[in-house]
Amino acid sequence: MDPLLVLAQALNGIQFGVMLFLMAAGLTLVFGIMNLINLAHGSFYMVGAYAAAATFQTTGSFLAASIAGIGAGAAVGLAVEIAVFRRLYARDHLDQVLATFGLILFFNEMVRIIWGSTALYATVPAFLAGQVEILPGAPYPAYRLAIIAVGLAVAALLYLLVGKTRLGMLIRAGAADRVMLGALGVNVKILYTLVFGLGAALAALAGLMAGPIFTVEAGMGENVLILAFVVIVIGGIGSIRGAFVAALLVGFVDTMGRAFLRPLLATVMTNAAADNAGPALASMLIYLMMAAVLFFRPRGLFPPRTR
Amino acid sequence: MAEPLLSIAGLYKHFGGIIATDGVSLQIDEGELHAIIGPNGAGKTTLVAQLMGELRPDRGSIRLDGHDVTALPPYRRSLRGIARSFQITSVFAELTACDNVALAVQAHAGHSFRFWRAARTDPALREPARAILGEVGLAHRADTQAAVLAHGERRLLEIAIALASRPRLLLLDEPMAGMGADDAARMVGFLSRLKSRVTVLLIEHDMDAVFALADRVTVMVYGRIVASGTPQEIRADAEVRRAYLGEDEAA
Amino acid sequence: MPPDNPVSARGLITFAVIVVLALLPPATAALGIGFYVDIFTRIMIFAIAALSLDIILGYGGMVSFGHAAFLGIGAYSVGILAFYGVDNGFLQFGVAILASAVVALFIGFVSLRTSGIYFIMITLAFAQMIYFLSISINTYGGDNGLNIDRHSEFTRFIDLNDANTLYYLVFAVLVLFLLLGRRLVASRFGMVIRGAKSNERRMEAVGFPVLRYRLAAFVIAGAMGGVAGALLANQDLFVSPSIMQWTRSGEILMMVILGGMGTLVGPIFGAVVFLVLETALSDVTGHWQAIMGPILVLVVLFARDGIFGLLSHRCAESRRG
Repeated sequence: MDPLLVLAQALNGIQFGVMLFLMAAGLTLVFGIMNLINLAHGSFYMVGAYAAAATFQTTGSFLAASIAGIGAGAAVGLAVEIAVFRRLYARDHLDQVLATFGLILFFNEMVRIIWGSTALYATVPAFLAGQVEILPGAPYPAYRLAIIAVGLAVAALLYLLVGKTRLGMLIRAGAADRVMLGALGVNVKILYTLVFGLGAALAALAGLMAGPIFTVEAGMGENVLILAFVVIVIGGIGSIRGAFVAALLVGFVDTMGRAFLRPLLATVMTNAAADNAGPALASMLIYLMMAAVLFFRPRGLFPPRTR
Repeated sequence: MAEPLLSIAGLYKHFGGIIATDGVSLQIDEGELHAIIGPNGAGKTTLVAQLMGELRPDRGSIRLDGHDVTALPPYRRSLRGIARSFQITSVFAELTACDNVALAVQAHAGHSFRFWRAARTDPALREPARAILGEVGLAHRADTQAAVLAHGERRLLEIAIALASRPRLLLLDEPMAGMGADDAARMVGFLSRLKSRVTVLLIEHDMDAVFALADRVTVMVYGRIVASGTPQEIRADAEVRRAYLGEDEAA
Repeated sequence: MPPDNPVSARGLITFAVIVVLALLPPATAALGIGFYVDIFTRIMIFAIAALSLDIILGYGGMVSFGHAAFLGIGAYSVGILAFYGVDNGFLQFGVAILASAVVALFIGFVSLRTSGIYFIMITLAFAQMIYFLSISINTYGGDNGLNIDRHSEFTRFIDLNDANTLYYLVFAVLVLFLLLGRRLVASRFGMVIRGAKSNERRMEAVGFPVLRYRLAAFVIAGAMGGVAGALLANQDLFVSPSIMQWTRSGEILMMVILGGMGTLVGPIFGAVVFLVLETALSDVTGHWQAIMGPILVLVVLFARDGIFGLLSHRCAESRRG
């Protein structure tokens, strides 16, 4: 096996991981603080991707596209929070699952109505289109490196936000004891809206960055969403640190599995068998990992200490 | 001397930095009504949770009738004869009072992998349930939904459910919590009639009730036993009076 | 939870539903709209799936987001056996039931140790695993699916090629499961499941090892889902991984809620409404999901008891007044 190929795939794994982190961070914050399961989180990702791709097509400006993407995602998030989620905070998880499932159907269909059923084409911006030599003789796409950089930067910023600022303190307090927070006079409603908007913006950022790599189409959010849920379950719901570790783990394992499982299996079984077993096992890998983690640590790797 | 029904030895439980149970050792004889008193936060409910198996102690052992039950899950302890009532009422709210008690009866009537016969019309379950409801004075409310019962009635239902499993050891966690004077007096009457049939470990704040009912009293503070003896001994103990009963002279 | 009165609003409505469904083929034939038989066969198949989910969800409180996996297993049992030339219906359905039950046993064993969101996610994850597995195995068609040449053969007297015959087979299974389900939820076993949904902690304290009962219920529901899948394979003469997409699990959940959770007959209404809406809306516009989605949101927010809930309130009121 070519070591450079392994390195490239490893980096792809990390890149996928940081994108999962951006999705998972919002999801875990919202669940940890508001105790809300939001299946429509993937829709913010999708909205971000669509808004950015469409804006780039009309303006040709990556900056405008990025602002549009994040803006649209955050806007949709806020709208949905005010219209629907405020009524869902008090409901049980089943209700939240069903209602947000309904939202998914709605959003998927809306993008089909606006942009049609065929995938939208999103291009890598010119200044990131090249390759970078991370090691002599090992070129790697600049765009993917940029994603990794942005992801790590956001992770650092979130760490500072949650750990070192007043808002972050409120967030952590809310995650630990939501009722108490309200009793202390904190405007919980606005806090919720802020946190929700932040989560949606992060998802939209992941979506707009993903556009050039994955296809921009209706339903693109759901595949990532499920993985994001797997990430927060493995990491521990409500824990950003857990989300970070688990996201990198999941991204890495999934990418490496898809790349190398089939060739690995081909060394011990026939090619035909490996052709069947390889992809099957690769797609099942993360779920097996989640099941294993839950079996030994039913509350994830880093469950936040709550009452 | 007969072996004690319940033998707690060196029980220790901590949560992070907080030591909830600090080396508790206690013996309860069969037929005794043993009260545990102490200020809030003394670890009384934590102790009950460990006795019932809902919490695992970090160290120590619990023996029921000579058998070590420390590792047994709650349902096994129930089948061995320990029953508990909860400090915060924990019933089956959507079901009627009779349904509630009948479930407890059912749990001790063999396995429940019976898929055909209707449980609600099964006399083997309903009759004992109604009988127990009669004992606690809730017979007239048997077919009322638990959620609709008054607070005092729900506290009685709490105990009825625990009694339905015909326990040898009954753990009552503040059965009179939130009760008015009349309800509390009725409860004391009921518990005194109960004394002869079941061994009771009673956690209570109501001192009148405790001193009226208890054969022995144990005082817990900060997870530790500070005194244990007859009600008279405890009432006279200066430590206890200072820590818990207050400075003014007890009557 | 409404009491199990022998004669109640629920009983009357159930009876009415059974009568209407029984008379549907001759009625539609007389009206010249015989094609409705096919539509309602499909509706009843999903009603069976929704009913089986209601047992663990409505009565047991187990929010499984992977129930479509059992439909898939049942369907593929028929498909794969047919692929190898085994057309015997008893054998096919037997395998469907056994396979679904075994998989449910495994999934339940791992998942039921968790609760809440974790349970939802892990059931979803297992369903995804099975979905991806079916996509990857090219021998049985992979992503393209598998055609089935012949219907299941249940003695030479039952010809499932005839739409009415298939309809009445599905109808019989639905009624059977409905009646068995009603006995199940009223039995000692059913009380354990319902008690555990109400207050699991108390159930354990009272002496019930809740896990094994929940596992049994999960297996039963899975097996029933497998039967629904086997019937589906017979209706479509085609199986594909799309039966097991996670959105399908969501749709079955929707049917249970739309119809009325925890009632057994409610899910039948839910299946009717969902599939009729889907058909009707998709005639109007290809974008029917844009309407279906908000409807679901509104139902969850404002009509939580579902259709059956609304119906039985009306029924009870009219009988009182």
